[in-house]
Amino acid sequence: MSRPPPKRRPPLGHDALAGGTDLPVLLPAAERLQREAARDRLLGWPRLRLRGRDGVWLCLLLLLAAGTAEAQALASGRESAFTAIARWIPLLLQGFGFNILISVLSMALGTLLGVFLGLLQISLLPPVRFSSWLVTQFFRNAPWLVLLFYCMFLLPFEIRLLGWRIPFPDWIKAIIGLSLPVMANVSEIVRGAVNSIPSGQWEAAESLAFTRRQTLWQIIIPQCVKRMLPPWMNLYAILTMATVLASIVGVSEVMTLTRRVLAAEDRSDLLIPLYGFILLWFFAYCYPIARLTTWLERRYAVKL
Amino acid sequence: MDPIYDWFRQLYWDHGINLTIVYDGFDRRRMLNGLWMTIRLSAICLLLSVVIGILGAWLQGSRLVWTRRIVQGYIQFFRNTPPLVQLYFFFFAVGSLLPRVENQFGFMEPMIGNVTWAIISLSFFAGAFNVEIFRSGIEAVPKATVEAAESLGYNRWQTYIYVVLPLAFRVCLPALNNNLVNLVKTTTLAYAIAVPEMLYVANQIWSDAVNVPEMMTFLLFAYVILVGALVWVMNRWERSLRLPGFGR
Repeated sequence: MSRPPPKRRPPLGHDALAGGTDLPVLLPAAERLQREAARDRLLGWPRLRLRGRDGVWLCLLLLLAAGTAEAQALASGRESAFTAIARWIPLLLQGFGFNILISVLSMALGTLLGVFLGLLQISLLPPVRFSSWLVTQFFRNAPWLVLLFYCMFLLPFEIRLLGWRIPFPDWIKAIIGLSLPVMANVSEIVRGAVNSIPSGQWEAAESLAFTRRQTLWQIIIPQCVKRMLPPWMNLYAILTMATVLASIVGVSEVMTLTRRVLAAEDRSDLLIPLYGFILLWFFAYCYPIARLTTWLERRYAVKL
Repeated sequence: MDPIYDWFRQLYWDHGINLTIVYDGFDRRRMLNGLWMTIRLSAICLLLSVVIGILGAWLQGSRLVWTRRIVQGYIQFFRNTPPLVQLYFFFFAVGSLLPRVENQFGFMEPMIGNVTWAIISLSFFAGAFNVEIFRSGIEAVPKATVEAAESLGYNRWQTYIYVVLPLAFRVCLPALNNNLVNLVKTTTLAYAIAVPEMLYVANQIWSDAVNVPEMMTFLLFAYVILVGALVWVMNRWERSLRLPGFGR
């Protein structure tokens, strides 16, 4: 058994050329940019790029801000900035947990609806395909905040069903409002992933007498999961950052609570350290997700 | 125009669908001003963000390490934090540090108003993405192409205008379009600092006329049509400027 000879790398810029000539019309930067633009378009939002270094800088800046606040507090004989912030941590953590809860639930709801909508988008029936495409585009083009407002104001505060009264608190409305854009983006991710599977897979399955449903569930979707995972996780990180939008419509999540804490303390020197502290929490939560996304993306990068 | 106004008034009497923005002159003007504010905000931010992008791309090619690092830090910060937080940061944190000035009526007011802060904040947000887009676009043009232009007798300026920029711009366009669409969607956040754009004006109108469902639906469709039209025009433009033989 002889090992196959190592593949020779194509010359620089080769991939950027459709015709495959050796003249470098455009350098690899062009191809990279095009790939990124296509990915961002699919996702509806640029990819997060968090690095560990950013966290270190954030910590340093926070320490600087807190140190300034501390010096001011000591000079004017007020309570130390650190103890003032530490006192509110349990409350703020509760608010942050609320953000996480909203993000997880609306991601779950959005994914469920989005996968369904995405599968409708690859239906063989033109009316189904067109209407699901329309719904997807509609919710992709609407700003998140407007959708959030829409659900906030137009969903009833309780539903009467067969004598039962199901209450509809504002955070559940926020979950529904945030899950709508997630649904549209997941739908587009599913469609993009299915379309990126080479047609040879479909044809091979057909020649083996697989039905369309069998092909879809046993051959196409399992391959798609790998490709959908990185953009899906990135969408989750973006959604987590977007949960602060709920503070505009009055859900008592971490931003609302921070504002209330600042009002209660009535100290302007706490403004920057406290907001910086919240920023750090978000960073700590999103950083592992962003790293894992990058890692998975690199791992699953399949050359076809 | 009067028959149309009457028809909408009749619609309200008969079916309870109260579209004051059509038949009421005051609300109509408010809404048009809101729409104009949204468009103006998007256009000014787009222009400024392109300027920031070009400037940043130029600074990133600097020989000084710290210049490059600062630009990189700026990009990282504005890419990875929610635009709402940036807006609050500029308006509440930076805005409160600036001195207050006396206006024409003798009242004290902040030196920089909320509209200006919205423009500054959104431009920096969109600009952070543009820096990398422009840098990649210019990097994509190979030296050999520039040399070929030189050998044909182009001078530096002509090479840049006729060869490098057209190529770089076409490479940049898809990414720039994504950015523009995001920018238009992000202008809704200016609501949070009371900039009278479409969402804010709609909020005022439904507070006055108590027609939340109508205004909300109108708003949703208005934004979808605005963004949808933009996406469509940009896609057409992109297709007409496509580099032959590049990409799909």
